[in-house]
Amino acid sequence: MTKMHVQTSINGETVEFLCSPQQTLLEALREIVGRQGTKEGCGTGDCGACSVLIDDRLVCSCLVFAAETQGAEVTTIEGIAGDGGLHPLQEKFLEHAALQCGICTPGFIVAAKSLLDRDPDPDEETIRYWLAGNLCRCTGYDKIIRAVQDAAGELAYQA
Amino acid sequence: MAEYAYSAPLSIDDAVGILEDHANSGRRAQVLAGGTDLIVQMRGTDREPRTIVDIKRLEETNRIDADGDDIYIGAAIASAVLDEHEELKRLLPGLLESAYLIGSTQIQGRATLGGNLCNSSPAADTIPAMIANRGACVIAGPGGRREVPVEDFCTGVGTNVLEAGEFLLGLRFPRPAPGTADAYLRFIPRTEMDIAVAGAGVSVTLDGNGVCTAARVGIGAVAPTPLIVPEAAESLVGTRVDDDALVAAGEACTAASSPISDKRGTVSYRLKVVGVLCRRAGAIARDRVLARGG
Repeated sequence: MTKMHVQTSINGETVEFLCSPQQTLLEALREIVGRQGTKEGCGTGDCGACSVLIDDRLVCSCLVFAAETQGAEVTTIEGIAGDGGLHPLQEKFLEHAALQCGICTPGFIVAAKSLLDRDPDPDEETIRYWLAGNLCRCTGYDKIIRAVQDAAGELAYQA
Repeated sequence: MAEYAYSAPLSIDDAVGILEDHANSGRRAQVLAGGTDLIVQMRGTDREPRTIVDIKRLEETNRIDADGDDIYIGAAIASAVLDEHEELKRLLPGLLESAYLIGSTQIQGRATLGGNLCNSSPAADTIPAMIANRGACVIAGPGGRREVPVEDFCTGVGTNVLEAGEFLLGLRFPRPAPGTADAYLRFIPRTEMDIAVAGAGVSVTLDGNGVCTAARVGIGAVAPTPLIVPEAAESLVGTRVDDDALVAAGEACTAASSPISDKRGTVSYRLKVVGVLCRRAGAIARDRVLARGG
């Protein structure tokens, strides 16, 4: 089968890879490029575990062909923490124990960051609707919502 | 043996050429917009190899024009992009709500009106709203361009009028006349991320005295295809879109429906609910016009 050559930016770094035409971005990230922070949950866009940003737009990487990201800017969970350490969202998820098994966590953090980038002070309802496409089967959602609220406060304090 | 391939043509002619070439040689090609239906289908029920023709690199599928006598929305515009377009929100609030109802934030980042239409599900949320807004499908093909009214686009469950070599460029809507507003409502068993049990889109135009001079009603999930219901619109024209007129419009929607029973709802339930949704959507559209002073 003919492989596709794709050049894209992943977390600010130019990356070139070869993929099959039907391979998803999720598969390319995990199996070709070796960025395994992005998790596979359902594989059908229902659970949000594989959330990434493409050109600052929140998407499920399982519902994007890798070939579609030619020339795009992709941000994954590995691109969330700054040079100085964990992002406030990551700190607050730890502080509030907003994770147990952790499979859903990268998706939640990427999705929550995308929300806070647009709306630095969201109310609880806004957070719950924004994160409605991220499923967690062990922690439950209250701790996650509180972690996101607390991170929003922390980011406002830092600003 | 058939193989997967991916192509992202940069011109309409190239896209048509690829589709036509595949049709002529008996190979399968499939158009890709947001991919939120297509990729799920390819991973599940339909794994046959094919050439994916990604139409997202075309100017005509990525354009929004909300300034002219006609409103144009390219087939590759994601719902999240629509939702951030203030002018479209003002002009076609019900249409944008119908798009906003579909899927999660992540799905919104990819899913398109064009894809929702071409997937041609009976329960597609945006189609009744597009019908209510007098939408036309702008189709490119080997013979050039043609337009088809949205209500004539779907021909059955998952089938539509697109012929070999053709694909959807975008949707065209006449700019709503003064005193016009729309609304779309659907019923789902929960509050987020489900498929419509029934849906209704209504557009009404009111004159300076609050009398309805024009109306359009589209309904979904109650027949093999989304339907236009002229009898429902006729019940509203000439009235103040009051309760009696809305009840008559709802009854016309029930009469036009031929639903099935499935896990989301029974025939009798759908027949009742589609009427309720038409009534409520009609009232919202009316109140939208009145709230901005006609």
